[in-house]
Amino acid sequence: MSAILIVEQVLNGLQFGVMLFLMAAGLTLIFGVMGLINLAHGSLYMVGAFVAATVAGLTGSFLLALAAAMAAAAMAGAVIEMTVIRRLYHTDHLDQVLATFALILIFSEGTRAIFGSFPLYLDAPALLSGPVTLPLGIEYPRYRLALIAAGLLVALGLWLLIAKTRIGIQIRAGKNDREMIAALGVDIRTLYTFVFALGAALAGLAGALVGAIQSVQVGMGEPVLILAFVVIVIGGIGSIKGAFVGALIVGLTDTLGGIFLPEFFKLFMEPASATQIGASLSSMAIYLLMAAVLIWRPTGLYGVRA
Amino acid sequence: MVNAALVAALVGVPLWAHVAGEPFTITLATRAVIFALAAVGLNLALGLGGLVSLGHAVFFGIGGYAMGILAFHAQNYLPMFPETLAIEGTKSMPVIWLVAVIASALAALVIGLLSLRTAGVYFIMITLAFGQMFYYFTISWSAYGGEDGLSIWVRNGFPGLNTLDPIQFYGLCFTLLCGALWLSHRIARSPFGLMLNAARQVPHRVETVGLDGQRAKLVVFVISGAITGLAGALFADLNRFVSPTMFSWHMSGEIMIFVILGGVARLFGPVAGAVLFVAMEHVLGDLSDYWHIYLGALLLGIVLFARGGVVGLLAGRAKSHD
Repeated sequence: MSAILIVEQVLNGLQFGVMLFLMAAGLTLIFGVMGLINLAHGSLYMVGAFVAATVAGLTGSFLLALAAAMAAAAMAGAVIEMTVIRRLYHTDHLDQVLATFALILIFSEGTRAIFGSFPLYLDAPALLSGPVTLPLGIEYPRYRLALIAAGLLVALGLWLLIAKTRIGIQIRAGKNDREMIAALGVDIRTLYTFVFALGAALAGLAGALVGAIQSVQVGMGEPVLILAFVVIVIGGIGSIKGAFVGALIVGLTDTLGGIFLPEFFKLFMEPASATQIGASLSSMAIYLLMAAVLIWRPTGLYGVRA
Repeated sequence: MVNAALVAALVGVPLWAHVAGEPFTITLATRAVIFALAAVGLNLALGLGGLVSLGHAVFFGIGGYAMGILAFHAQNYLPMFPETLAIEGTKSMPVIWLVAVIASALAALVIGLLSLRTAGVYFIMITLAFGQMFYYFTISWSAYGGEDGLSIWVRNGFPGLNTLDPIQFYGLCFTLLCGALWLSHRIARSPFGLMLNAARQVPHRVETVGLDGQRAKLVVFVISGAITGLAGALFADLNRFVSPTMFSWHMSGEIMIFVILGGVARLFGPVAGAVLFVAMEHVLGDLSDYWHIYLGALLLGIVLFARGGVVGLLAGRAKSHD
């Protein structure tokens, strides 16, 4: 177990974490402002990946593909917000779960009907392909490093948007007291559509970025969606800061657990069963972590105490 | 009326199929009845306890694996825990059912104890996470097939019956469903059920009167999990196959769909929902490969426009219990 391997795995964990943050930020924003759980968020991630793969295939431009992915996901988000989601704000969580589960079925099967069941592939741009040499002589894929940077930039931009701009003030006010800001003359319906489309665009961006290191296929959004739920539950639902911290914790736990748990069990067990137990435990690690956090703080790390 | 028609169909259609020699129809009906049993279990937690559990596939899967593991050891003549206990596997349904019920009740007790510390969205998320935990655990558990699952060669036996005959196996499943319906009817009408109703609607008042609403919710969650676990064991026996997909969150979502399609907190709601789902799966599945689109559209329609589900639409929504 060398230092190089550890650094590499930490970077992998960070990369996974910031991508989870892009998903979790939208989910937690939508829940915080509108009080809605959106299971269909993973479908917007999938939309982003499919549009990016298609546009990149047609034009050969990765940047254009990213822009198209964000625009398409934002549009899909705005459309479902105006047709379906809007009717769910005042219903209970059960109805929200079911209606957005129905949206998943429609999105997944619709995508399968259009693109077929075979995965698409999206290549990382030539500029970002190949390894980069970090200090200490560590070689690391340039694209993954770019993902970390992109994720951190988006996190910074989101923080600036929420903390420094007028629309950010409205979003924060909407979290605290929606009747009051409506009374003050803010068009709450447009604000809700904007927040939903913003969350959708972030999901679409994540889908497009990850699409270049994984295959683009139907159902790709769901594992990520569930991890993003774990992230926002750990961080505290509604808190962007919680989503950021939670995403990094989950990304690192999942990546490092897969490497180190089997090694850890090998210290005092025979290798075959140590690998077995380590693999089982590491696949469950983040859920165990989430259960532990909820037992310790039932509303998450940065959640508002009920 | 709706209920009587439903029971008549569940008795009549398989009997007709038996006489007409259409075993596939009986298998479809068996599938519907088993799903209905799982949904009756969830309906206790969801309708009566107000617990939106998006993790009931855990109990369905535990029931399935209880059957899979016991039958696997029996068919391979391998005892379990060879060094210490050396328990033989079994091919006997009553024993398997008992193990499935106890195992899923224990799991429900632990999951319920942890999850009930939270409420609302957090409860939905934590039950979902427990589901995923079991899902990934079974995928990596290579001793029992891992991702490929376990195949059982011959359906398990029930004393005095030939379970390989579709109509006899259907009869068993139907009897169990009737038992579960009777049980949930009794629970809903009992003082315990009334207290749960109250705890769901006005939790503070129940506490003020000196009743422990949280404990009642835990108890109903355990009963609910046990019934869904029993359905899992039957489902595994129907397919003679168990795999991690029984634990997947799509399964949890589907069990919830059965309840909602039919109507939450209605005694026969889950039965109507499961029958409708299997019928749609069969009819629409023949028409189009993409039948989930229609299922999704129907579900959206019910959530947005027909809150009481199918039974609510047909029987009117005034009564909260049939």
